[in-house]
Amino acid sequence: METKSIMIVGVGGQGSLLASRIIGNVLLSQGYDVKVSEVHGMSQRGGSVVTYVKYGDKVYSPVVEKGEADIVISFELLESARALPYLKKDGHLITSVQRIDPMPVITGMAEYPENLIEKMKSAGADITAVDALSLAEQAGTSKASNVVLMGVLASKMDFPEEVWQNALEQCVPSKFLELNKKAFVLGLQNT
Amino acid sequence: MNKLMLGNEAFARGLYEAGCKVVSSYPGTPSTEITEEVAKYKEVYAEWAPNEKVALEVALGASIAGARSFCGMKHVGLNVASDPLYTASYSGVNAGLVIAVADDQGMHSSQNEQDSRHHAIASKVPMLEPSDSAECKEFVKLAFEISENFDTPVIVRMSTRVAHSQSIVCTEERNEMDLKEYVKNPQKYVMMPAYAKGRHVFVEERTNKLTEYAETSPLNRVEISEKAEMGVITNGACYQYTKEALGDKASVLKLGIVNPLPVKLIQDFASKYEKVYIIEELDGIIEQHCRNIGVNNVQGKEIFGYIGEIPQSVIAEKLLSETKESITLNENIPVRPPVMCAGCPHRGLFYCLKKLGVTVSGDIGCYTLGAVAPLNAMDTTICMGASISALHGFNKARGVESEHKSVAVIGDSTFMHSGMTGLVNIAYNNSNSTVIILDNSITGMTGHQQNPTTGKNLKGDPASAVNLEELCKAIGIKRVRVVDPYCLAETEKAIKEELASDEASVIISRRPCALLKYVKHNPPFAVDSDKCVGCKACMKLGCPAISIKNKKAVIDHTQCVGCGICQEQCKFNAIG
Repeated sequence: METKSIMIVGVGGQGSLLASRIIGNVLLSQGYDVKVSEVHGMSQRGGSVVTYVKYGDKVYSPVVEKGEADIVISFELLESARALPYLKKDGHLITSVQRIDPMPVITGMAEYPENLIEKMKSAGADITAVDALSLAEQAGTSKASNVVLMGVLASKMDFPEEVWQNALEQCVPSKFLELNKKAFVLGLQNT
Repeated sequence: MNKLMLGNEAFARGLYEAGCKVVSSYPGTPSTEITEEVAKYKEVYAEWAPNEKVALEVALGASIAGARSFCGMKHVGLNVASDPLYTASYSGVNAGLVIAVADDQGMHSSQNEQDSRHHAIASKVPMLEPSDSAECKEFVKLAFEISENFDTPVIVRMSTRVAHSQSIVCTEERNEMDLKEYVKNPQKYVMMPAYAKGRHVFVEERTNKLTEYAETSPLNRVEISEKAEMGVITNGACYQYTKEALGDKASVLKLGIVNPLPVKLIQDFASKYEKVYIIEELDGIIEQHCRNIGVNNVQGKEIFGYIGEIPQSVIAEKLLSETKESITLNENIPVRPPVMCAGCPHRGLFYCLKKLGVTVSGDIGCYTLGAVAPLNAMDTTICMGASISALHGFNKARGVESEHKSVAVIGDSTFMHSGMTGLVNIAYNNSNSTVIILDNSITGMTGHQQNPTTGKNLKGDPASAVNLEELCKAIGIKRVRVVDPYCLAETEKAIKEELASDEASVIISRRPCALLKYVKHNPPFAVDSDKCVGCKACMKLGCPAISIKNKKAVIDHTQCVGCGICQEQCKFNAIG
């Protein structure tokens, strides 16, 4: 099987590391060779955060580059727009509709672009947009929007739901498990 | 058992399986998790040392005592540890000694992009370089064997991509090693001139033997492709990029030992192809070696350059003229740089520094973010500890005029690392300098590591805590005071008074990092839009939780931790 690439983007603190670990766990359990690439350190402090997941028979580079991502999962709209060039021509973007102003917008040095979803669609992107934050709050905490998006991703991939549930059990601390399972199902059903 | 592991986690597993007993390190991205992970094994003693030099000396001492030992650091840390390294090369080891150095190609989280292979060459210490997590574990175990067989410390070079990528690792059992006998041997371990001369002869002979080993070691591997149009010599993460970009179009010589480099192996490989490309990030060390040994059909730096990473797209474009199609959005997308978190105790202090217009000699840590807009309150940042010593130099150069309007800022961990020697210099050589220690009770930037001021050790157990006030006084600073940076008025007053004083002073700006689990937050604040006049005074703080909507300030309740400095800043009582 040819190597497939998933890219997860968001803002530092939104939980992309957990998301990449859940996906990695799912893929490992399905017998694929898997690589997950993270960047720690400076970028965690409210900056753009990018994580890559690649899988197939044999994966070499852990990095996803422009035009290579089969799926981009984004926790924030501006980050979706920033990551758009990484999407393959026939790739799919799953994005939360959440908007977090970056510092140049906060200080008035730059403007947050409007109507990003429409603009990305007219640029040719295939998009699923989800109000992950509201669904996460419905599950019990705004912090679970990453897991809501895992539910959406699960609906786009051909793995049984129990495989995802098992991955959640292994990656999420037990006291938050029920809440996260609820968030996952809300994401799964949303599509 | 197959597991997905970070390169650093696999490295730690390798240490465990190799029977490593003593670990001493200083945190630094991207090396930190090696030591954090190995500390989870109860069979291994692991600690954070105050700096890399101390850490390497601890590991060397443990090795001489007979225990397999390890010391980990980032690339710039090896500069600090280079003093013991260069002489440990002469003394050699008793039980194996492995050093991890993590380079940061692309400078994801560093102040420079140095190539640590130069240290291995200059210190004449062998250096291995894995390309994925499975190799991290395997290479660490081999590194201990090489260390013991050749009587040398061994450096394992990591990179951000190898350290922070997860790939599949098959774990094995620990090979428990008995302590080796310690035999007093001054000719080997007392490096004064008479004995060191003998050891230098040994070091040169050892390099010859290691070069022979590199010719046939399984760590250096030739992968021949029948369809190959070219040969590639590569190392580390570049091996993975090369395989992805070129597949069976290239035969590959993968060098797992990057110092010393083999001679005949390279000559034989290069002779098979008309064109041989050297794909190595940063400096052209393999390429220069090729030229030195008469292999001239190679090209490397003229194609790939000296800066940053060389991922698959670059290789495909440069060697195959292939590029990937992608979707472009014709839109100006604002950058999202990292920022101080909402509630960060550094914010109040930097706000005051900006307001007072002082020159700020900065240092390495989260607070380096004080350099960016809207605070813009930092003039220099060089290396760990340099804030204090460079301020002293600045003041000696510019005299009284500068002394009353310049400060150094340094975090608690960085102060313990190498800041306090600079403070000794200020006291001893008498400059009227003002030093601000940003004591947030943790090593923040690298992800919350304990340090000698926090009262806890690496394993989270209670430990002796350095009393910063008493330490500064003992050094000879008479004016030492503590402020709470959440209280802007108090902080500003303290800075003004200490700048005005006629002797050296230390201000300790003390408030724990807002992300620490034990820190209790106040409820989030909100803006009363009737009272807000849109003066934007609160915006000057650069808090990510505050923005302007319809000309009025708004506070994002999901981010606000109720630190209250915006409330203090608001003259219209609109924040509550």
